[in-house]
Amino acid sequence: MTQDDLTIADPKMKAQGVDVFYGEKQAIKDVSIDVGTDLVTAFIGPSGCGKSTFLRSLNRMNDTVASARVTGTILLDGEDIYAPSMDVVQLRARVGMVFQKPNPFPKSIYDNVAYGSRIHGLAANKADLDVIVERALTRAGLWDEVKDRLGESGTALSGGQQQRLCIARAIAVDPEVILMDEPCSALDPIATAKIEELIHELRGKYAIVIVTHNMQQAARVSQRTAFFHLGTLVEYGKTTDIFTNPRQERTKDYITGRYG
Amino acid sequence: MNRDTAPTDWKGTAMQKRIASRYAAERRFKLFGLGAVLLSGAFLAFLLFVMVGNGLRGFTYTNVEVPIDFKAMPLTIDASRLGDTDADQVIANAGLADIVAFAADEALGTDGSKLLSENAWKEVRTAIKADPELLTAKTVFHLPAASEVDIAAKEGAKGALGAKVEALEKNGKLSTGIHWSFFRNADATDPAVAGIWGALKGSVLTIFIAFLIAFPTGVLAALYLEEYAPKNRWTDLIEVSINNLAAVPSIIFGLLALAVFINWFGLCQASALVGGLTLALMTMPVIVIAARNAIKAVPPSIRDAALGVGASPVQVVFHHVLPLALPGILTGTIIGMARALGETAPLLLIGMRAFIGDVPNGICAPSTVLPMQIFLWSDEVDRGFVEKTSAAIIVLLIVLLSMNALAIYLRNKFEKRW
Repeated sequence: MTQDDLTIADPKMKAQGVDVFYGEKQAIKDVSIDVGTDLVTAFIGPSGCGKSTFLRSLNRMNDTVASARVTGTILLDGEDIYAPSMDVVQLRARVGMVFQKPNPFPKSIYDNVAYGSRIHGLAANKADLDVIVERALTRAGLWDEVKDRLGESGTALSGGQQQRLCIARAIAVDPEVILMDEPCSALDPIATAKIEELIHELRGKYAIVIVTHNMQQAARVSQRTAFFHLGTLVEYGKTTDIFTNPRQERTKDYITGRYG
Repeated sequence: MNRDTAPTDWKGTAMQKRIASRYAAERRFKLFGLGAVLLSGAFLAFLLFVMVGNGLRGFTYTNVEVPIDFKAMPLTIDASRLGDTDADQVIANAGLADIVAFAADEALGTDGSKLLSENAWKEVRTAIKADPELLTAKTVFHLPAASEVDIAAKEGAKGALGAKVEALEKNGKLSTGIHWSFFRNADATDPAVAGIWGALKGSVLTIFIAFLIAFPTGVLAALYLEEYAPKNRWTDLIEVSINNLAAVPSIIFGLLALAVFINWFGLCQASALVGGLTLALMTMPVIVIAARNAIKAVPPSIRDAALGVGASPVQVVFHHVLPLALPGILTGTIIGMARALGETAPLLLIGMRAFIGDVPNGICAPSTVLPMQIFLWSDEVDRGFVEKTSAAIIVLLIVLLSMNALAIYLRNKFEKRW
């Protein structure tokens, strides 16, 4: 069996029968999905379909919303992330996140990347930290652009650079999974192309889950695609299958632009 | 093109009229706004003009030249006791006041001693303590004039006093100098020696205590309410209570402080400690509100970013939220403190309106504050206090303006732009 086969033998994350509620309102209904270790998984669907909500339940960012409630199980390497024994702070270091709008801290570029390592005590000394920062910025394809001005504020960079800085910040703590919530929606086409290129390069090092509105983007960067509609998972499969030969009528309607 | 209605007549008279009235409304609005700015500017200028005009004279005082020859009129005291703690008493008992009065009569003519402040001899005493050699020589002293002589010299006067002062001026016996005792002393019944330092120090101590208590409590309360507290009926109730507390008239805080701090806890009356506690009670709701607004203004994306790399809630607060909210918190705090500095009403009730003749030497010593000193002096009958009142107002305004300048400086220093 090739890696691109639909069955994932050893999924990095496994969601089973997940429901997410905001107060009385149910945002996600009975979603089961496997996230492969070496794959890029794309979540697509019209606005308000719950794909971001589901993404945020994968690293428990929904915990910050008081009314949010998650049922069902989500496993990371076979371990229930909602179990009381799971430390949410460590979980978020292992399952990193990149947000829709670039959100660097109003600190220097260096401090932005070093922040995660500092709070988790990943570097023994300054030299170690320098290595971590350089490696993360190199992987994020930003090192050559900023190596001479690491002391400048991260907020002074352009939008695309800021987003790559946020990716560098996420990978500096060496996560296993990276969640990206519409990472290119605030960027121009050139910056978007750079981020997509970056996702290609990061594939294999991290399990990547990306939420996107842009179906071409999903087709370009992902190997697996999940189509969400009205809080349910309509179809999940190989990206090539979803886009060329969808099994569900709703999927077909959406990717052909009939609604959404 | 098919239209349902006739085309709009953009050039017609009705339309032109509408345009004209729109421009007129614009001009009127601009004019009213400018008028409001000018009016408030005029008020401020008038206030400053009157205060500075009256007050600057309060910083100077008229001195009278009096030669005293201690060889002719020896002050019989043991020079070795001048360093003792009771030296003041020793010199007073030896009759220095009489010697000074006699010297003044001799130098300035009959009733010459009446031209001097009744506390003038104390200046001589201070000089002697600093330099005992004076006791064996003839020295020319510049001693503070009596209050009415000072006013006559500054404003001119009619009658016998006016003539006398004019004569003194002609003989070069009068001189004007900076009124140092105004900056050194506490309140006194004689304007020649009454000073602002006691009230200023009392104000500084009081505000310092108020800040020490109100700032940490206010900021912690705001952080808890914004970052940790669940949003339910209880926190709504707390929020409403805090908003109401900020609007409670200050005199009620004075009554509360009297009942709680003095009558129940038995803390020292009329002290900077109780004053500071009272003002802290009054300022804390203001700080809570300012801090909550500043914390609310921190973009949620920063919290997400920090949580997303695995920061704990406390780390999010202390690494990101608080530093970003700090400029707003500090501005709100300093404005609250400036208001507390100008507050009189609650301090009336805890006894700070008493006459305090000594500079407070600690937070438990009886003291007064600047606005209270202004209030007390404005009530005095002696005309010498009129300009002292204005001078005290200038001191209070300078302190307030420096606090506001500090607020602006801190805001610019800590403000992060993105």
